[in-house]
Amino acid sequence: MAESGGPGAAAARTRVVLGEAADRRRLTDRARADLAEQTPVGEALVKGLVRAQLALALRLALVVVTGLGALPLLFAAAPGLGTVKVVGVDLPWLLLGVLSFPFLVGVGWAYVRWAERNEQDFVAVIRRPEQ
Amino acid sequence: MNPYVVPALLLVVLVTVDIGVYGLRFARTTSDFLVASRSVSPAWNAAAIGGEYLSAASFLGVAGLILRYGVDVLWYPVGFAAGYLALLLFVAAPLRRSGAFTLPDFCEVRLRSPLLRRLATVFVVFIGCLYLVPQLQGAGLTFTTVTGGSYAWGALLVGLVVTANVALGGMRAITFVQAFQYWLKLTALAVPAIFLILQWQSDGRPAVTPPAGATFPVATSVVVQQDATVGGRPVSAGAELRFAAGDPVPAVSTVDAAFGPAWLLPGGERSLFATYSLILATFLGTMGLPHVLVRFYTNPDGASARRTTLVVLCLVGLFYLLPTLYGVLGRIYTPQLLMTGRTDAVVLLLPEAALGGGHLGRLLGALVTAGALAAFLSTSSGLLTSVAGVVFTDVLHADRGGSVRDFRLATVLAAALPIGLSLYVSDMDVSRVVGLAFAVAASSFCPLLVLGIWWRGLTDLGAAAGVVIGGGAAIVSVLITVLGPPLHGWPAEFIGQPAAWTVPLAFLVMVAGSLMTSGRVPQDVGATMLRLHAPEALRI
Repeated sequence: MAESGGPGAAAARTRVVLGEAADRRRLTDRARADLAEQTPVGEALVKGLVRAQLALALRLALVVVTGLGALPLLFAAAPGLGTVKVVGVDLPWLLLGVLSFPFLVGVGWAYVRWAERNEQDFVAVIRRPEQ
Repeated sequence: MNPYVVPALLLVVLVTVDIGVYGLRFARTTSDFLVASRSVSPAWNAAAIGGEYLSAASFLGVAGLILRYGVDVLWYPVGFAAGYLALLLFVAAPLRRSGAFTLPDFCEVRLRSPLLRRLATVFVVFIGCLYLVPQLQGAGLTFTTVTGGSYAWGALLVGLVVTANVALGGMRAITFVQAFQYWLKLTALAVPAIFLILQWQSDGRPAVTPPAGATFPVATSVVVQQDATVGGRPVSAGAELRFAAGDPVPAVSTVDAAFGPAWLLPGGERSLFATYSLILATFLGTMGLPHVLVRFYTNPDGASARRTTLVVLCLVGLFYLLPTLYGVLGRIYTPQLLMTGRTDAVVLLLPEAALGGGHLGRLLGALVTAGALAAFLSTSSGLLTSVAGVVFTDVLHADRGGSVRDFRLATVLAAALPIGLSLYVSDMDVSRVVGLAFAVAASSFCPLLVLGIWWRGLTDLGAAAGVVIGGGAAIVSVLITVLGPPLHGWPAEFIGQPAAWTVPLAFLVMVAGSLMTSGRVPQDVGATMLRLHAPEALRI
């Protein structure tokens, strides 16, 4: 049963397998063989992708660690900040209770964008005609 | 008693069973039961993940903690949401591409180790139970608070509805059930919140922390639960204290809560160590919760797993704006909870307390109670499905080709222990136990997943050592906290909030153990890495 979407949505079959097979035929044979057979070239390509994705994830994690993780230290080091009011709300409440959530979503959005770009770059390298 | 509550609860149970039965029409194969045949769209999937994730601890516990301790515990909702960001950054897409349905599956795919697989099974069942018991307890306590009925009936009722629903409809059915329950939970907090804010405005915006301390908004009588000193005077258990409107709220010695203006400021009662421990547990624990991971397999591919996680982050973040409001307004309208210590009830009691006992207050009170029931039902369903999935494949040794009847048997087996336990242990602290489940997950499965996905050098022995030592230390801390004698000073901090030392310990042991046994790195690690990280367009 390939029913997709919510209840009530019309049953729609997707032919994933055929699409993938078509994709495979289009791939440049050399690069694909490098990947499939684990040649040093293929290994290097995958390592490059893994490294790029990990670097991206770590960089964005660092943004969160400095943005949110430093707050308890900051409040402990400068207790005066705890009483500052912004638009009638105490700063710690505003930062933690409200602003932290859009901040997290923003970081997540940036990650999805850049991670997909990394993957597109990788696919482009594999699919490039014989160099 | 509020006359709208029972019809509202019955409605939630009926709609839940109804959607479950509706889903059953589509659920015919084992694949439908386990992974909804991977044909769930990201919007439905994200709402279902959100519905599953927002448990009793989120719906009731967070507001109660804020009412009690103030700004410091805002790290709970922030951490619960940030956990999804960590999941997105380090785990979501590769885990989906691995094709692993459960954590034991992932161990098998990545490290080819039956030993590690069995170890992971034990941890999944432990974390699942640790998380399931407080959900059922919360259900029992809510039934007692709202209907005056017995605790055991509430826990049993929720336990049976959940077991029946999962056993009958499996993953396919509960996907729709949980998507519905996310929106129900959001509505159940958001609609009353609007009326509460309007009421607060029309009351002349009373201060949350008046300079003289909290005061009673109306004449209130409070029954003291234990022998205590109230405002400096000794009072014996069962005594009823009467307060007039405007009287200051006295501190009760047996209730651990922030009574004065320190409630408003960070760093009051909690040490930096406890705060960072909490941050670490919640940020890294989410990815190790069994019911969260199962959901990723229902995405069609890695890229959609990533997008689904981002939508979940939005939905969860949206939800967590609301409990803060209830905690803050509870300071004004239900300060008696600070004296009885039953702060978890603030969400349930606030609408009637603020809006009066008229029809509006009672209707909104029934709405939040219905939302609370949805919280118990959805989280327990998700947990039960994932634990049942593990019991199905690893204990009953049924494979993907196993019959639907085997899955139903696994469900009943997986439900029996937590339901039985919840009837016997009724006084564990709900939010704290949930926090401990996060700590165990963060110190066992988080290092396993992160290192397994990103580091070629991980070996089965290294991973097993890390899980046993890091996760084991967290489990021992949990058992001491829940069953042992009360601790004081530094040991209390180390044992009560173990994540700050158990998580680095697990990572360290895992890395060191793998380096020492580097000969055992699986031969096919290159192929596995390719499978985990290469986009689907290149499937080879």
